[in-house]
Amino acid sequence: MGMTITEKILSRHAGLEEVRPGMLINARVDIALGNDITAPIAIDAFRKAGGKEVFDTKKVVLVPDHFAPNKDIDSAEQCKLMRDFAHEQAITHYFEVGEAGIEHALLPEKGIVVPGDVVIGADSHTCTYGALGAFATGVGSTDLAAAMITGELWFKVPETIKFIYHGNARPWVSGKDLILYTIGRIGVHGALYRAMEFVGEIFRVLPMADRMTMANMAVEAGGKSGIFIPDEITEVYVRKRAERPYEFYTSDPDALYHSTIDIDVTKIEPQVAFPHLPSNTKGISEVGNVPIDQSFIGSCTNGWIEDLRVAAEILKGRHIAYGHRLIIIPATPAIYRQAMKEGLFDIFLDAGGVISLPTCGPCLGGYMGILAKGERSVSTTNRNFVGRMGHPESEVYLAGPAVAAATAVAGRLAGPEQL
Amino acid sequence: MKFTGKIWKFGDNIDTDAIIPARYLNIRDPQGLAAHCMEDADPDFMKKMKKGDIIVGGENFGCGSSREHAPIAIKAAGIACVVARSFARIFYRNSFNMGLPIFESRTLWGEVTDGSEIEVDADTGLIRIPGVSADPVRIQPVPPFMQELIADGGLMNHIAKGRAK
Ligand code: SF4
Repeated sequence: MGMTITEKILSRHAGLEEVRPGMLINARVDIALGNDITAPIAIDAFRKAGGKEVFDTKKVVLVPDHFAPNKDIDSAEQCKLMRDFAHEQAITHYFEVGEAGIEHALLPEKGIVVPGDVVIGADSHTCTYGALGAFATGVGSTDLAAAMITGELWFKVPETIKFIYHGNARPWVSGKDLILYTIGRIGVHGALYRAMEFVGEIFRVLPMADRMTMANMAVEAGGKSGIFIPDEITEVYVRKRAERPYEFYTSDPDALYHSTIDIDVTKIEPQVAFPHLPSNTKGISEVGNVPIDQSFIGSCTNGWIEDLRVAAEILKGRHIAYGHRLIIIPATPAIYRQAMKEGLFDIFLDAGGVISLPTCGPCLGGYMGILAKGERSVSTTNRNFVGRMGHPESEVYLAGPAVAAATAVAGRLAGPEQL
Repeated sequence: MKFTGKIWKFGDNIDTDAIIPARYLNIRDPQGLAAHCMEDADPDFMKKMKKGDIIVGGENFGCGSSREHAPIAIKAAGIACVVARSFARIFYRNSFNMGLPIFESRTLWGEVTDGSEIEVDADTGLIRIPGVSADPVRIQPVPPFMQELIADGGLMNHIAKGRAK
């Protein structure tokens, strides 16, 4: 009997001919990632367990992106602890402020994660790398500590749900809208413990960035991972970046799935997830009159250059609504530079927006763009839980860059076609 | 393992931002984190709860970020164990790795109210609700490998033991 792409990658890394869902395996880890919030706890655990050296100085990746550049004294201490550890261990992939960007955009961009990898990260959105055809999943700091020492980790082989997208997208519909729609349909625990495999003709025309956005949000459906079968688009993206040899895996025709879900793309309009769950989705035509105080375009979900181009297309020659705030954060320094070169910054500034250095920033209510009681933000991020971007009584509406930009102009939830 | 305590009942999808909001993630000390445990789900939780109490959650308890600060905060607050209909997978992993006892039960949630007393017996896999129901509620069995993790005192001890061999 055949295997899915996920089962194949896991069996190869576990040194087994075959794995089946439910099996507990020990797998080799190609990349182990931590950030300024999760790595300090992992480093403590590493030392407590008597860890002296990481298993491979090229395979442990540390990125200060959540509260960096240091937002206060406590975060400065955390960043310093990670920096000292990185220097002590001679970690190749430690990124200092200036080189650092949001981890899940930075690792693919730099070719640190490649197709066929097993990647674990002490960050739930590690699943983003499934866009490249890798098995990537979020774990906790203790798991990271274990992997830093041994280069291995235990996994339960997940069942896979196959999502088939049929037909072409309407104008302004992006990967973000597809994944929001999907989560709206199956719910925030619709894929609990499972791998989500995304297939369909539409992915031949959408750029890599849209795959990243979709794999990124697999965890918002409870998924262990999201994955795309690598193809020519993957090849073009990876060829010039990969720092290691890579391998394309694919699912066998007779692979066994937990279930298959068919989605008619032609019916999907730009989506908005209302507070306080990513599954609380509505089409833009059904949102009603919702005044919005702030628009945020950025994060590991939608801080890609493609997202900024979409926003610029809408904001060009327009100004944001009176009293509205528009915050734009390119996810990495390279994206930042590219956006600047393409003249997108002029468009954003002329429109009344502000552009920040690459960081997680408002996405997790860390710093910058925090919401006051009762305020509402439209956000291209991935979570709209209570208090996610500030006061517990503030509200977050998740959307793609097109809706976020149009909303900034209108001052209330709107799509580009409503302007 | 046996736990007897008063329960605090929460609904579905209690996320890690509710368990320990991101604004406190610059704290690493367990007691410092515990001071804000469940703050965005119930701002007075830490004032009301007592050591040894039990949290009962609905579906997908602990969804959201990978922050280990969530099970750390719950454990440091003195919560004896968490029983939920289902757990988000990273939270599930983290709890075993940290040594916070957690149990899945599809039915307990529907049978208890906030403030009920329950007895969780991990060895027999049964939960009793004295004074409410004579029939005990069954807990989902814990896979042997995870039992081994707990017996070893969490993942890092498990590794240390393996390396000592
Ligand atoms: S941008 Fe947001 S979701 Fe992504 S890693 Fe940063 S805090 Fe997490």
